[in-house]
Amino acid sequence: MNIIHVIGFILMLIGFWGMLTQKNMIKIVLALAIVETGLQLVMVAFGFIKGRTAPILDSAELVNNPASMIVDPVPQALVLTAIVIGVAVNALMLTFVIRLYQKKKTLSITEYKDLKW
Amino acid sequence: MIKKLFAAVLLVFMTVMLYQLYSNITEKSELSGVSRGYAERGASELGTQNIVTSIVVTYRGLDTLGEVSVLFIAATGVAVLLRRRKEDEPAVTAAKRQSSEILQTGTRLLTPIIIMFGVYIFINGHLSPGGGFQGGAVIASAVLLLFLSDINYKINHGLFNVIESFSGVFYVLIGILGLLLFGVNNFLDNRILPLGEFGTILSAGAIPVIYSLVGLKVGTELASIIDNMKKD
Repeated sequence: MNIIHVIGFILMLIGFWGMLTQKNMIKIVLALAIVETGLQLVMVAFGFIKGRTAPILDSAELVNNPASMIVDPVPQALVLTAIVIGVAVNALMLTFVIRLYQKKKTLSITEYKDLKW
Repeated sequence: MIKKLFAAVLLVFMTVMLYQLYSNITEKSELSGVSRGYAERGASELGTQNIVTSIVVTYRGLDTLGEVSVLFIAATGVAVLLRRRKEDEPAVTAAKRQSSEILQTGTRLLTPIIIMFGVYIFINGHLSPGGGFQGGAVIASAVLLLFLSDINYKINHGLFNVIESFSGVFYVLIGILGLLLFGVNNFLDNRILPLGEFGTILSAGAIPVIYSLVGLKVGTELASIIDNMKKD
């Protein structure tokens, strides 16, 4: 339990609120990016162990006894992957927004009713 | 109105769900399971100083290959969706304004340094925080700066495509080399090259090579995404 978890969860809630209430499609994409950021913070914080150091073995005592001195490296590797995938997804979504804008000249999601039921 | 209410109810549910998750978090005091294994074996087995790099590039190297593929597919999707179509009316081209003197001079000064910094980040991926993806993003930011400072700047598509394709192909070839030399469980094994002295640039076997290839690939891919999005 630490403050980073709380901040991460709050960021996720802000992002969900943005996705549910905003009409501007670019703002919706940004809201998803905020959710991603919050999730990544929570994931990194899961690997944190109090009083330990980063998983980079640059001194002799760290090399001799890494398992009792470093924080969990697996969540960090996962988040590294998640960030890159997040960038790719955001770029693709913004591209969809650009194409939709070129077709209808509006960014408001309420104007797009083609697949609405 | 009813939509706002629906959103609020959904958010309350979400809050309750996340609170449940939060109240069940127990503070860690020990590495467990696979993390402990990676931490103990990483340095002696693969010769990497940075344990995260040994996980990303070697132990879970297949995932990283998938990640690079996802980025490649996304870049291709951006290029396909934003390519010029015949039926598109020609975009209204307002006269573009030159960027300011400060930006132009600053770009000329900074671009080589930024690119060098990106290369530094991905070459030192096995020693310090950093790696191919971060270095590639830094290199792409240098390209973005060039686009901002010069309105007529065009990237060399042929060169970028060659770099991107070759780094992707060599990445997979290095992986297959591991299969050929060490057997079926060793896809993307970094020990195809000598491990070298722990903690120096030329150590950790193939990891600096793999991360350089990833860095070049990510850098050129992100630069071409920027290039596609810039087109009006």
